[in-house]
Amino acid sequence: MKEVLLDIKDLQVHFRVYGGFLKVLNGTNMRVYSGEKVGLVGETGCGKTTTMKAVMRILPKPHGITPEGKIIFKNKNVLSLKTQEIERLRRNEISMIFQDPTAALNPVFTIGEQLLDVFRYSKKNDGLKGKTLKQMAVDSLRAVALPDPERILASYPIQLSGGMRQRVCIALALANQKQLLIADEPGTSLDVTIQDQILRLIHRLAEERNMAVILISHSLGVIREWTERVYVMYAGSMVEEATTPKLFSQPLHPYTQALMECVPRLTGMKTNEGIPGRIPDYFFPPTGCRFHPRCPKKMAICQEEKPPFYQIDDNHQVACYLYKGES
Amino acid sequence: MEELLKVEQLKKHFVTSRGIVQAVSEATFSITAGETLGLVGESGSGKSTVAYMVMGLYQPTDGNIRFKDKNIGKYHQKRPLELKKELQIVFQDPGSSLNPRRSVGKILELPLKIHRIDSQFNLRKRILDLLDMVGLPKEYETKYPSSLGGGEKQMVAIARALSTDPSLIVLDEPTSALDVSIQAKIINTLIRIQKERNLGYLFITHDLSLMRNIAHRVAIMYLGRIVEQALTKDFFETPLHPYTQMLLASIPVVSEEEEKIKPERITSVGEIPSPVNIPPGCVFHPRCPKKMDICSQEEPTMVEYKPGHFVRCYLY
Repeated sequence: MKEVLLDIKDLQVHFRVYGGFLKVLNGTNMRVYSGEKVGLVGETGCGKTTTMKAVMRILPKPHGITPEGKIIFKNKNVLSLKTQEIERLRRNEISMIFQDPTAALNPVFTIGEQLLDVFRYSKKNDGLKGKTLKQMAVDSLRAVALPDPERILASYPIQLSGGMRQRVCIALALANQKQLLIADEPGTSLDVTIQDQILRLIHRLAEERNMAVILISHSLGVIREWTERVYVMYAGSMVEEATTPKLFSQPLHPYTQALMECVPRLTGMKTNEGIPGRIPDYFFPPTGCRFHPRCPKKMAICQEEKPPFYQIDDNHQVACYLYKGES
Repeated sequence: MEELLKVEQLKKHFVTSRGIVQAVSEATFSITAGETLGLVGESGSGKSTVAYMVMGLYQPTDGNIRFKDKNIGKYHQKRPLELKKELQIVFQDPGSSLNPRRSVGKILELPLKIHRIDSQFNLRKRILDLLDMVGLPKEYETKYPSSLGGGEKQMVAIARALSTDPSLIVLDEPTSALDVSIQAKIINTLIRIQKERNLGYLFITHDLSLMRNIAHRVAIMYLGRIVEQALTKDFFETPLHPYTQMLLASIPVVSEEEEKIKPERITSVGEIPSPVNIPPGCVFHPRCPKKMDICSQEEPTMVEYKPGHFVRCYLY
């Protein structure tokens, strides 16, 4: 049995706004084993990034709160760690790559200054000389296939292209032998050929270092090609979980099915009319299953109670009352 | 078939302090009524610049744009009102292309007034017809853009483009800011309206799988040049240019059948160079897996590989 690295249990995240709370995450469950590549897919605004920000403890303060749930990373609850401990965690264990590399890098410092900081403040590198640290920075840039690392260390983010900036972000994230990499739409703001290069790079580095990766994307194609297991998320909770080939050959949840049918195919098969409606208002979220107002197969019970996960087989579970009898 | 738009040898160079940016160096294509031409390329390939020149937002440096057999390669200030009525555009981001301080009704009313489409008394009926055409309920007339979702805003932008009854619409990445679930609806609406009104579309996008579903012909741009142009079917069955093959191989797909269509994995390397320093010879040769000696010396010309399938590469 593989070792559980990250275990998110019934996580709730609310945002305090004028007049009440936005109830965004509504009992999210997710489990990541060490060295595994997991995908997280869903429409814009369904809580993918919020979940991961909760794991990193970088939800906006003081508005974002976690009233319930646990995030267990290596037998420690991330939510109850002290500031110093969580900082150590971010430095040595978990890191995150964001969608927009331009916004993730500080425009007034050179790449070298930003990259060296990461190495300098790591406990593992205590007592190392500047020269050795610089060599580590050069090596890390070489590892992400950036040509001419010396020149890049001396340049500012604005002097690099989008693809190069994202590679720098990956180099920053991979410093210090992390065990979990959260990649939040790492290729979405880039061109397809560059996206392909970036995803292949993340895949290769993860294999080499036996690092677990959570790949967030709204593109089902990206998820299919680069992950082993997938969670489908809708409006703040997981609706389906399966191994990647299984999910794509046999999607069960009506939301997953609808999402798959929307994707334009290279074979030119007809696309459907899309999913009617939109992501719910989190101020007054729908009762029961949050997908029921948009669901073509809704039943009376869907409005009353949130469906639990039904285990279909060893590696496929779905949160939908349609499969109540099959588990 | 009637040729609506004909673009020949179009060029656009911008003079900047860092040198001359050759945004578009060679674009030749045509669109007939009722046809969709997909213009595909990476960012920086000059596809939007072509669209803006067609719309008259930029003055071309060289070349011809002919619309219904009249040369129209001039600035929008100099274009007659009747011409502007015929050509409309939908932009990528509906959040910034709709005036946040005007209601949907007012947004749709403005082009009707400018082009004196109908008398004052019929304006409201016209607006409701337009909303109905894009599938929005009539209550939306009084709503403001900020209270609409991204997909609904884009529908309003499409309704606005349709308001003057144009014969050609330029769609500049109309769905790339939206989710797939919303994209499907917009695409279906666009296809339906095209059939009803026999419209020509110049569809600009970077999403090739989307092109497979709506374009009749596809043109691929790389660094300001059209490198391949073909009927959609030929294009996806036999992609010729190494860049096209690289592009197709990079698309993440969702099914096994699609995987089979993709050309055998050509690993994408390098990035699109800056249009200030254009490589000599074939502009693609620094990234090309099949490059030969001649590629770095002389630029290839467009050849017709088979009827209707054009490619700019020494391999053919």
